[in-house]
Amino acid sequence: MEWNDEGIVLSARRHGEGSAVVVLMTREHGRHAGLARGATSARSRAMLQPGNSVEAVWRARLAEHLGNWALEPLEGAAAELMDDPLKLAGLTSACAITDKALPEREPHPRVHAGLMALLSAMRNEDLGDLWVAAYVRWELGLLADLGFGLDLETCASTGATEDLVYVSPRSARAVSAQAGEPYHGKLLTLPRFLSKRGGGEPADMLDGLILTGHFLESHVFGAHGQPVPEPRQRFVERCRTQIPA
Amino acid sequence: MAGEGIERVMQYLAKLPGLGPRSARRAALHLLKRREALMLPLADALREAAENIQACGVCGNLDTIEPCEVCRDHRRDDTRICVVEDVADLWALERAAAFNGRYHVLGGLLSALDGVAPEDLNIEPLLVRAGEPEVTEVILAMDATVDGQTTAHYISDRLAGRDVEITRLARGVPVGGELDYLDDGTLAQAMKARRSG
Repeated sequence: MEWNDEGIVLSARRHGEGSAVVVLMTREHGRHAGLARGATSARSRAMLQPGNSVEAVWRARLAEHLGNWALEPLEGAAAELMDDPLKLAGLTSACAITDKALPEREPHPRVHAGLMALLSAMRNEDLGDLWVAAYVRWELGLLADLGFGLDLETCASTGATEDLVYVSPRSARAVSAQAGEPYHGKLLTLPRFLSKRGGGEPADMLDGLILTGHFLESHVFGAHGQPVPEPRQRFVERCRTQIPA
Repeated sequence: MAGEGIERVMQYLAKLPGLGPRSARRAALHLLKRREALMLPLADALREAAENIQACGVCGNLDTIEPCEVCRDHRRDDTRICVVEDVADLWALERAAAFNGRYHVLGGLLSALDGVAPEDLNIEPLLVRAGEPEVTEVILAMDATVDGQTTAHYISDRLAGRDVEITRLARGVPVGGELDYLDDGTLAQAMKARRSG
């Protein structure tokens, strides 16, 4: 068995003296693990930081084996984002969520493409903190790919398509301002950048993270009795303190 | 093939870093051939180390005395604390004779993969030490990895608001390094941290 693909490093766990079990989010083969020999060399350690893109060749005698990676670096996002605490927190959160939420060896090309786009947005210094909105969109895409897509186009109660400001935590559908008013305290806020209203303040980005966080917790991780990965919680906390209100 | 006692020695040796079953066998044979000159003194040294060496209550360094030699040394600069992940990093800095202040060993790095949380690290005692009036600088000397820098940012946050300068090690071209062989990340960091002169 042998195939080539592009992948993003999600994690690398040391195995024995000089090897590591490396998990990649590949474009065509989904989340996939394999053994990388010589992974403790200086060159490999730099390449195997979460968020870095690699050209990967996977080889194994049988498909169900762990297999071996032959990896070549493509783009090094990790080194670029390390100095920015918020971006580093976002990077580790995205990698941890991908690593924990997706089943192994199941192709999710849209999640891979979304992660590539997110990394690109994070590396674009002209965007400022707007990449957090891209992060929220990426989590929405991940939820949709896992079968838990949110309907943010029409009101769950009235069918209205305008003035949508809430999301029902149960049905995962948008709710208009008028229909949601009596349940204000129980509904999640629909951030402006996800609605037709467009635009958005920094507080909207936090609302976006609370929105996706709720469905990640209840539909993805909670369903398996697992907590949301701690890096995401740290990322949200950092957004609270670092993004100006 | 070998007796039970020798097998046991080989099994333990094989658990050491850098030694596999084959090299453990060679090491065991080497020790047995030099029983008086090497094996017994080594056994004595190991026993003594196991019984006496402990983590320093101040900085986390390993030593037979409490506090450790580094913490007892009055010639060292009390105003600076260098925070490192592991005792091996402390030893590396001491070998390089590049730092003459105090140390603080964290005992690991924050890691989502390994489930290491802030409370698993030696961070609270660092905050207490950094609050002492003579301390003016805390140097975060963590690995240039995602986990290393995540830990550095976390400590930096915890130290915010205190009257201490927080600094980090520089990243860039290593001594003897050729640009052609450097990874993209290191090159980008080196270019970002370029200096005049």
